[in-house]
Amino acid sequence: MSRTLTYRAALREGLDEELARDPNVVIMGEEVAQYNGAYKVTEGMWKKWGSKRIFDTPISEAGFIGMGIGASMLGVRPVMELMFWSFHSVAFDQLVNNAACVRYMSGGLCHCPIVVRGPANGGTGVGATHSHIPEALFAAFPGLKVCAPATPADAKGLIKAAIRDNDPVYVMENTLLYGNTGEVPDPADGDHLVPLGMADIKRPGSDVSLIAHGRSVIQCLAAAEILQAEHGINCEVLDLRSIRPLDQDAILNTVRKTHRVVLVDESKPFGGVSAMVGMLIQEHAFDSLDAPIKRVCSLDAPAIYSPHIEHEQLPNPKRIVAKVLSLV
Amino acid sequence: MSSVPPPALDFGTSAINQALTTAQKIGLYTLMVRIRRFEQAALKYYNAGKMGGFLHLYIGQEAVAVGTISLAGPDDHFITAYRDHGHALSVGMGMNECMAEMFGKQTGCSKGKGGSMHFFAPDKNFWGGHGIVAGQTPLGLGLAFGLKYLGREGCCLCYLGDGAVNQGTFHESLNLSGLFEIPVVFVIENNGYSMGTSQERSSAYTGCLAQRAEAYGIDWDVIDGSDVYEVRAKTHIAMERARKQHKPTLLEIDTYRYYGHSVADANAKKYRTPEEIENYKQNHDPITLLRRRLITEGLLTEATADAIQAAAAEEAAASVKFADESPAPTIADIGTDVYWETDHATPASRIGRHFFND
Repeated sequence: MSRTLTYRAALREGLDEELARDPNVVIMGEEVAQYNGAYKVTEGMWKKWGSKRIFDTPISEAGFIGMGIGASMLGVRPVMELMFWSFHSVAFDQLVNNAACVRYMSGGLCHCPIVVRGPANGGTGVGATHSHIPEALFAAFPGLKVCAPATPADAKGLIKAAIRDNDPVYVMENTLLYGNTGEVPDPADGDHLVPLGMADIKRPGSDVSLIAHGRSVIQCLAAAEILQAEHGINCEVLDLRSIRPLDQDAILNTVRKTHRVVLVDESKPFGGVSAMVGMLIQEHAFDSLDAPIKRVCSLDAPAIYSPHIEHEQLPNPKRIVAKVLSLV
Repeated sequence: MSSVPPPALDFGTSAINQALTTAQKIGLYTLMVRIRRFEQAALKYYNAGKMGGFLHLYIGQEAVAVGTISLAGPDDHFITAYRDHGHALSVGMGMNECMAEMFGKQTGCSKGKGGSMHFFAPDKNFWGGHGIVAGQTPLGLGLAFGLKYLGREGCCLCYLGDGAVNQGTFHESLNLSGLFEIPVVFVIENNGYSMGTSQERSSAYTGCLAQRAEAYGIDWDVIDGSDVYEVRAKTHIAMERARKQHKPTLLEIDTYRYYGHSVADANAKKYRTPEEIENYKQNHDPITLLRRRLITEGLLTEATADAIQAAAAEEAAASVKFADESPAPTIADIGTDVYWETDHATPASRIGRHFFND
């Protein structure tokens, strides 16, 4: 039996189960404990688990993420919350030099089983500094893994897989998804894990493939309904779920099925996730394409503040529909 | 009133040093000599083009690594920056694996993937070898956090240079160590220069750099890094404070490097006077001072000391031969040691594409 949970509660359930499974898992971050989480993902967990297993850090991202990396080399498995993934910039050296490279530079003698998680999205009226979408940025560093769940079930399954993974995994959530609800398998039916590197067809279709991750998946599903109802176009929606490792087979399979593809990606166009996916499609499925690969990305500027217009900067059903119609 | 300065304290009489056997005292001398000879050999072959990148020599600073690491208990841990050869040999790494690493060979401690700045030996509680100034300070904090979290009695000695004290991560680490009561000892190896910029031109401070610890409610001390006994006596207190009380300490160990920031430091002899360098060599060299003392105390003879020097030089030369004759990594080696999961061919590693070569 599955239950309906919010994305937030599903994440919490995943974190809770991993704290119970492994005493070396520890959660740290700004306001995660006594404040119950800036976005309430960890609500109630401090009361349940106490200050050893979940504790508040100062606003000191480089310090506490580096601390987690060091502790992980010794066998602790820290799960660190960035209140916004946008704050990666003040911890960048720790995230890319230490976490990503320590295994390599030590010739495999060290490893770094950390999880860094938090929201990475635009669309909440907080301006450019708080609206960065760095999936592609971190996926560009060998040694790192990146995933971006779109649904409550995937959020739970991926956070659990990330915690069990022995490499650094950066989980990119979305503040606009935290309140979304969806079916999540009942723990009584077994451990719900979603492996990294496995995409998921969220809507089967035959005419055009929409390939997305994170909240863009939700936007694609809405666009697909419009395209079906108003234009008779049957879109397939492929949710990447994991950026690195990346399910290349699933990408190529949907392209070979529909022969037309629109990549939908909240990243900026230059070097975004879609830039990589587009490259792989042309390299491996060029002959299957009946039309050029198209993209719907965030409009190429820093994130605008204005609540009146910011949704137009992001991929949305209107922009996706227009792009699909330009293809067929 | 007399203006005569008070006599220097003799840390050789401290309990922690009184406890040393003659063999252990000679061992301290031998290790310092081995580090110096190793680096002299490295310099020779760096200049001969046998290794790439940078070579940050520790020559002049040997008593710091040797003295502090000689205090290591079974669960004490060590991490430093890029001037890491002295620490590596002090934790017991061999000259061969270290020299081979610098030569970029498969037999290097990091399989030729790290280089001079990135020596590692987790089996000896040595966690690098880190290239970014102060980037290792949160890691040292984290190793100590890990000890406390896992309920193990030990501490982490986290070394940094005086050029690292103005980096944000260092201050974040100090704050977190004080706040969370982490068993870490931060050791500033103060050789006076952040590359070519003197302490006076790079740091604002009262008294000394370690005094900054007061702002974080952390104990601190200043140590003469030319005296291995003083290094041991004072560091021992900090390590015990960490192990037993989970309290951090910031130590500033005054020392000096004879060579430049790295061998590539073109101005190494321009920002310092020849007199300054010569004064340290003549009056503050940690190896010379210990040798003199051991001989004066009748614990060592000139002949034995010379033999130790000769053996170290021979060992260093052998490590050069080992490194030179070792195989280089292959193209296939470039792609390993990136992910734990792919290295171990786990089920997880077979899901999705991890690498994006053609």
